[in-house]
Formats: sequence, C-alpha cells, structure tokens
Amino acid sequence: MANVLQTSFLPSISSLRRTPISGSKGKSQSLQVKAKIREIFMPALSSTMTEGKIVSWMKSEGDKLSKGESVVVVESDKADMDVESFHEGFLAAIMVEEGGVAPVGSAIALLAETEDEIAEAKAKSQSSSSTSPKAVEEQPKQIEEAAPDVPAAAAPTVSASKTVALWSAVHPASEGGKRIVASPYAKKLAKELKLDLGTVVGTGPMGRIVAKDVEAAAAAGTTAAPAGTVAVSPSKPAPVAPGIELGTVVPFTTMQGAVSRNMVESLSVPTFRVGYTITTNELDALYKKIKSKGVTMTALLAKATALALAQHPVVNSCCRDGNSFTYNSSINIAVAVAIDGGLITPVLQDADKVDIYTLSRKWKELVDKARAKQLQPHEYNTGTFTLSNLGMFGVDRFDAILPPGTGAIMAVGASQPTVVASKDGRIGMKNQMQVNVTADHRVIYGADLAAFLQTLAKIVEDPKDLTF
Amino acid sequence: MHSICSQATAVPRSNFAFDSHALALPISKPINLRFCGLRKEAFGFSGLTHSCSSRVQFTSRGHSKRISASAENNGTPPKSFDYDLIIIGAGVGGHGAALHAVEKGLRTAIIEGDVVGGTCVNRGCVPSKALLAVSGKMRELQSEHHMKALGLQVSAAGYDRQGVADHANNLASKIRSNLTNSMKALGVDILTGFGAIVGPQKVKYGKVGFPDNIVTAKDIIIATGSIPFVPKGIEVDGKTVITSDHALKLESVPDWIAIVGSGYIGLEFSDVYTALGSEVTFIEALDQLMPGFDPEIGKLAQRVLINPRKIDYHTGVFATKITPAKDGKPVTIELIDAKTKEPKDTLEVDAALIATGRAPFTNGLGLENINVVTQRGFVPVDERMRVIDANGNLVPHLYCIGDANGKMMLAHAASAQGISVVEQVTGRDHVLNHLSIPAACFTHPEISMVGLTEPQAREKAEKEGFEVSVAKTSFKANTKALAENEGEGLAKLIYRPDNGEILGVHIFGLHAADLIHEASNAIALGTRIQDIKFAVHAHPTLSEVLDELFKSAKVKAAAPSHVPVSEPVAV
Repeated sequence: MANVLQTSFLPSISSLRRTPISGSKGKSQSLQVKAKIREIFMPALSSTMTEGKIVSWMKSEGDKLSKGESVVVVESDKADMDVESFHEGFLAAIMVEEGGVAPVGSAIALLAETEDEIAEAKAKSQSSSSTSPKAVEEQPKQIEEAAPDVPAAAAPTVSASKTVALWSAVHPASEGGKRIVASPYAKKLAKELKLDLGTVVGTGPMGRIVAKDVEAAAAAGTTAAPAGTVAVSPSKPAPVAPGIELGTVVPFTTMQGAVSRNMVESLSVPTFRVGYTITTNELDALYKKIKSKGVTMTALLAKATALALAQHPVVNSCCRDGNSFTYNSSINIAVAVAIDGGLITPVLQDADKVDIYTLSRKWKELVDKARAKQLQPHEYNTGTFTLSNLGMFGVDRFDAILPPGTGAIMAVGASQPTVVASKDGRIGMKNQMQVNVTADHRVIYGADLAAFLQTLAKIVEDPKDLTF
Repeated sequence: MHSICSQATAVPRSNFAFDSHALALPISKPINLRFCGLRKEAFGFSGLTHSCSSRVQFTSRGHSKRISASAENNGTPPKSFDYDLIIIGAGVGGHGAALHAVEKGLRTAIIEGDVVGGTCVNRGCVPSKALLAVSGKMRELQSEHHMKALGLQVSAAGYDRQGVADHANNLASKIRSNLTNSMKALGVDILTGFGAIVGPQKVKYGKVGFPDNIVTAKDIIIATGSIPFVPKGIEVDGKTVITSDHALKLESVPDWIAIVGSGYIGLEFSDVYTALGSEVTFIEALDQLMPGFDPEIGKLAQRVLINPRKIDYHTGVFATKITPAKDGKPVTIELIDAKTKEPKDTLEVDAALIATGRAPFTNGLGLENINVVTQRGFVPVDERMRVIDANGNLVPHLYCIGDANGKMMLAHAASAQGISVVEQVTGRDHVLNHLSIPAACFTHPEISMVGLTEPQAREKAEKEGFEVSVAKTSFKANTKALAENEGEGLAKLIYRPDNGEILGVHIFGLHAADLIHEASNAIALGTRIQDIKFAVHAHPTLSEVLDELFKSAKVKAAAPSHVPVSEPVAV
C-alpha cells in the first residue's frame, strides 16, 4: 500500500516502493485502513528529500481520479513536481492543505475506491489527523488554533458584505448588473480575499471593478465588522488598529528592516542633546498670512532651520570616518514622515536657497510620492540635517535618534500658549515650542549647537526673512 | 518570436490567380498599399481585405507597357544571367542566404520592397527583445521578495513609456543598419522595389510609380516572409485593436488588454504588458493555454508565468468579433464556444492584441507565371526548399525559404533554409534537419525547445517500435540559478534508452533560450547522450543544468562510441 504514488520524476519506480517511515505509526494506520481506502503519501522526489511542501492540489475532495492523473504539486528541496495517482478512485480527503509540509512517506490524502467510501475516508482522515500528530503539519495546526475565533470573525464579514451588496456595479457591459465586469487582477484578488464581486462597486474605466475596489471592499468588510461588535457591546475595549492580528509575529518589511538597521547603527555614534524654547507668535502670524498660498508649517520650519544652518556650517557637517569633518556643500533638510508601516525622510534640497513657496510645493510633491512609495533614492537619502515634528499630536518635547551619516537632528514639539514672565516683570501669554537637537559630538560641540539654536530662535521670532 | 499561432495557423486567404495580362490593365483609382510586408500587393485585383496598419494611398500610372512586353518572352530562360542568385526579400532568411552565397562566390542580388531586415528585425524578434529586456528588469526591481532575498533595497521602480519605445526602435534601426552594411560590404547588390517572378529565372522589381526593371539569375530564392494574421470579424484600428506590428511601437500601455492567442507572441507580450502594469486577459481557441509547448513545460509555465500574474484567461473560445474603442465605448470582444459555436461571453477591455499567428506574404509574387499555386498562401516546397508547381513537379532553379513556405516560421529557420539552398545550388546536396532547429520564447523566465515534445516522441515510438525515456533536472539544484535566486525551472530530455539518441529537449528557466543550443547542436550533429555526458561544463554555470540532464539519462548502449550515429532527418 505504499506504492500509491508514481512520479515520473524518479529514474526508477523502485525507490518509491518504500516501507512507511515511522514503523509504529504506519503499522497502526495500515491496520485501521480498509483495503478500499488508500492513502496518498508524500513521495520522495529526490534522494536527499526528507519532507515536501504541498504547492497545490490539482484536484479537490470528491474529484474522480484516473490512474496516472496528476493530483498534487509537491515542492521538494530541488523541484516542484506533479505527483500522479497510481490507482483509480476518488480523492476522498485532503489531509495536508496547500502550503503545508509533510515528511516523506506520511499520508497527505486519502483515495477512496468508490464514491460511497468518501464519507468513511473523511471520517478516518479526521481521526487519524487528530491521533497522529506527525501527520498534522503547520497548516492544519493553524486552522485548529484559529478555529475558536472563526465564527466570531467570519460572521460580521458576511454581514458586512451583505450591506455592501446594496450597491451594484454599473458598467455598460454589465447588462444592468447581471454581468460583472472586473479586471483580471480584481478577479484574482476577490478570489483570494473570498469576496463576492457582485458586492463590489466598480470605480475603474466605465464602472469596471479594478483591484483597488476589491481592496477597498475587503477593507470596508473588515473595518465594518468591529464597528458592528462595538455597537452591540459598548463595554468592550476599543478594537486594535485594523490589519494587526494579535498574537502573531510579523516580519519587517524592507523599509522597517532598513529603519531597524539604521537605529542599531546609530548606537555607535556619541550623541548629546541641547534643548531650546522658542516663541512662535510671529511665526504663527506669518503662517496664517501665507497659508492660503499653499505654505505649510513644515516648509516654514525647514526654511528657518536651513537659514540658521547657513550661519553655522558645522551643525550641517557630519563625521564619516571618525577622523574628519565633512562640511556639506548644500543644506538639505530631511523631514521625517510617518507612512503606512514605517517612516521615511523626504529631503528638501537646498532649503536655504529655495523660496518658501517653491519649498512648500516641493514638500507636497514629496509627501505624495512618499505615500505612493515612489520616492527616488536621492529624494530620501541626501539629507544633511533632519527635522522630526510630533507637535501635531500635542507632544511638547521629545528626543530623536541621530540618523547615521548626518550630524544633527532636531525634534520639534507643539507650539502651545504658555504663561511667561517678561523681563520687565510682567506676566503674559505667548505661544512657545520646544526644540531638542541631538548631535554627533565628534564634530558638533555644545557651544556650536547653542549658537545655532540661538540663531534659529531669532529667525523664528522675527520671521520676515523666511519669505525673502 | 513569430511562429506558433494557436487560434489558427491556417490562413483562409484566397490566393488570387489571374493571367499575366491583368497586370497590363491601367489602374487609376487609388488602392491601398501595404508597407508592413516586404513588397507591395500586385495591382489589378480587388476583394482582398488588408489587415495592415500603415496604409498609404497611391495612384499607379502606366508602367504597364514594359511588363506586358516582357511577358511575351515568358517561358524561355535567358542564356546568360545578370546574377547567379537573386533573393526576393531581405529579411533574416534572405540575409543569411545572401551572406552564404557570397562566401560561396556567387554574384548575388537581394530585392527589398520595404526595409532591410524584414519582420524579425523591424517588427518582430528584435524590437520585442528590447521590450522584454525592459520587462525583465522591471520585474526584478518590482519583486520586493526577490530583492529582499538578495539583500537589496530598491525604491519604487518606474518607467517612461516613450523611453522604452525608443529603446525598441533604436535597437531595430541599429540591427537594420548592421544587416544592410554587412551585405553591402560583401558586395551583395540591394535592389529596391517589390520583386515578382515573371518567368523562369527572371524577376522584375521596381518602386511604385516607376518603371519595373527586369533581372535574370541562375537561381531564385523567394523569402518574402509573413504578416500578422488577423481572423475575420476582427477590426484592427492600430490604436485599441492592434497586432504585434503596432504593439512593438508601444504607443500606449493600456490598463487592461486582451490578448487573442497564447502562443509565443501572445505570451511574450503578456510578459511585457504585465511588467509595465497592465492586466491581461488571454483568449485561446484550444482548451489549454500555450498549445504547442511540451505539456509538462506548458503546465509549469502556466504556474509561473500566468497564475501569479495579473492575468486571467478564457480557453476553448473564439473571438468572433472585435470592435475597436470609439465614441467613449471600450473595445468589445464577442466570444463563442470553440466547439458548440454558441455565444459565450462579451468582454469589454481597453485594448486587444491579435496574436493569432502569421500569414505568408506571397500574394502578387507572380507565381502564376510559373504555374505555382499556393496552399493557404504558403508556397509549396519539397524538403530541399525547391518550389513545387500545380502539377506536383519541381520548378527548376526556384526555391522558397522562411515564413513564406510555412515549414517552420522562425527567423533562424529561414536563415538555415537559405544556407541549405545555397549549398545545393553550389553543388553540395544538403537537407536541413528541422528537428535540430531550436525555438525560444523570451518570457521571464525563458522557455526553449528543440526536437519532439513528449507526446510526439511517444507517438513516433509507438509507430516505429522503440522505447522512449524521459529525464528531468531542476534549476533548483543548480548553484548559479540559486545564486541568482532564480531556482524556478525545469529541463526535460526525451531520448531513446536503447541507443542514446536525443529526441527532444525542453527547458523552462533562467536563460533557457541560451541553454538550448547544446542540445540542438547535439541533435544536428547526431551526438548521442553516452558521448555528450562526458563533455565538461564550467562550474558554476547554468549550463550544468543540461550537464546533469544528460548524466541523469539511463542509456543502455555501450559508452563512448565515436561512430557518427544518425543521418540528419528532414521534415
């Protein structure tokens, strides 16, 4: 019964005529198995193969198989190969799902000789998979673990898609919604996400459903679900951010990996910090005045910083080799931007020379590009000084890590109305923000930073130079 | 890249027959002239619908006198000849023949009505390779997973359509001038104009609107090639419903393009379009995608080249009617079931590429003057490329090579046939073994093949009573492939275990198109597996995939025999 499989990949059939690998398990199983239900084993596709991954099942449960027909695609250490059935019958039960891994010789499916035996085989596969842990590979395990959550998670999704169904795809070829017109990728995605295309609204050319519609519908389905639950039981804690599955380990994306490496690398740089409080009433007034012309606060801050750096070239320098100052020829202000799943630092090049309006336009363009993940390398890795602003969250002060390859980074807090005592003994209200610069002490010393900050404060407090 | 057409290789094109005096009729109304072929259509007939992009209109004026005069001495071959060899058509086939003819000391002329280089250089293999080079690089840069595995970081890759199109165009111009220069340098006369046969060993050629010239040659080779085949019911507008001729100019990259036909041409374009961001729908008349490939290779190719990409497909359907986009309406494609002929579906897409194969370009060639009737447009030839007339007799001194004879519609096959013909006319009998001619599809990864597919080999074995074995190796076991992180791939050898003869080799994987030649050379030279398995391959190289393939074959015949084994086989 071990000869269930034949694969043309093997030079000879003989190596397939193997005895089941684990003696005890194999025997106990073979005792249970009735003659008419055969097991399909993970074949040995090469002499060095110890386990194989199921790439895809080419047949589904219940399908009739004829002798020599391909049943499953198996990935070994060397190749993906089609595995053919050695017997006729029905594919009764798949025991290792697609993506699952099984050791050579272990059962991956059951083959029933007649249709009547399918149910029997199914029952057997369940009992055997629960009794023989070896045969249960990653995939089934995940399913079992996930099982308790499934009803809860699945139900809202279904109801959500039902509500979405109120809309209908309008497309000239759809014959009043009877036909669904969706692009090839949209169809593929819908299948993957198990989404009924009939429930998706098309926004592509002529109402066609395109990939982003499917993604949007899927997102709407999942976000609608927690909302529904909250309504029923308002006492429940707020749901976590969408897209994060608790209890899982998610590998870094390329960007997150790069951030991680840079952060660790920064530990080799001796840094120190100097803080300063700057009054922003004048800056705020200026901002109000030119906001309508598309000027952003980020651009204003970058401009002010660049003008201050122009007077203190050492703060714009960096230390490349531990032995020298590298004085950068241009002042390129990198501004940290949080984007989906990470952080990137688009660079405003020659911020001291470019006028504030151009700088604002440039900034908008860079942010759009960053969101679309289309920044070119020179647009995010040529910064000579970095700005990080968390003021919009109400953060009043924080501390930034110095990105390797630069000399200094400035953390900017929120500008807040503050009660201040003036030198003439009065008490007044002023908008103040705190900035905190982290710098590489090999090239930038405390006095350098202090002088730079003083200049910056002067520029911000009297910002007429910012607009030229 | 222009060879297998899946929807229809057969071309229901009526090859007009008219008597030679028809040419003498003065024509004053403007008619369409096709420029994408090698010659103009002959005058004096109507009712043929042209399926070509660049049409110009012209009025022909009386240049009929000379032709009718010359028609009078038809049938009597001239005593002395202007040339030893005249080749009609300066594509890759004609070029290969011309170069070899000069080497053999023949006075050679080549007649070209359009541009030197023919389909391959101007509208085929060459510009498509430029586009595929771009798509390959885009694919690599876009594959975050792949880049990450190599430890590389790349920010979003983008492209400039015009820049890509220019690259293809520049490549074509460059190869074209190389070809032209190589012929000029060797002293091949390039005669400009559309050539036609007037009688035995006699050819006329001339530019539109100018008097024709008559030249004589001891031997004549027809090498007029082919044009994209467009099934009836399909309206090509060159913008939204296009053939490969238009697609290679890459004037647009549609969001959604339907490709009719999933042979080489369709498959390569799907690779280009999906890499540039399009989504693709294949329309295939047969039940399986990629017919013509070895089934196992086809299956793997589908798993790698179709399923994970933004491609879906309809198989077993004919596109009976395709209407270009106009008045704000998209391109509509009406599909019927290939078997039941019942309407099945209507697709609305942004563009449609017709890749249903190629039709021979043989109309107006004057074949009626020598009593030759084409078969579905193809010029009938024997295994030595000698043209066969309507009575089944050989036409002396007349040969036909390349797409025009339809034996194997590949540029390098045409060239090989041309060289074979030159060998014959210079006194050495030569029969080309078509089973030794490799073919390649330049997708990412590439597909290549030579000889028989497994079903073909098994059928042959059944008939002739020999045994067939199959050996396979995977790219996953190859060091170089793994270093490139391109382990996806399979090489398959079909052979006779009794004597070690190689029947076919099929490769799907990195640089498959370059790897196939070890196998095709072995077939051409009759090298047996037991001999070639001792040949040494540099390590680590992709060529070791074939090394391992040969070594894994189990041949019963005794090791090294240095006897030449098989005589070349003709198709």
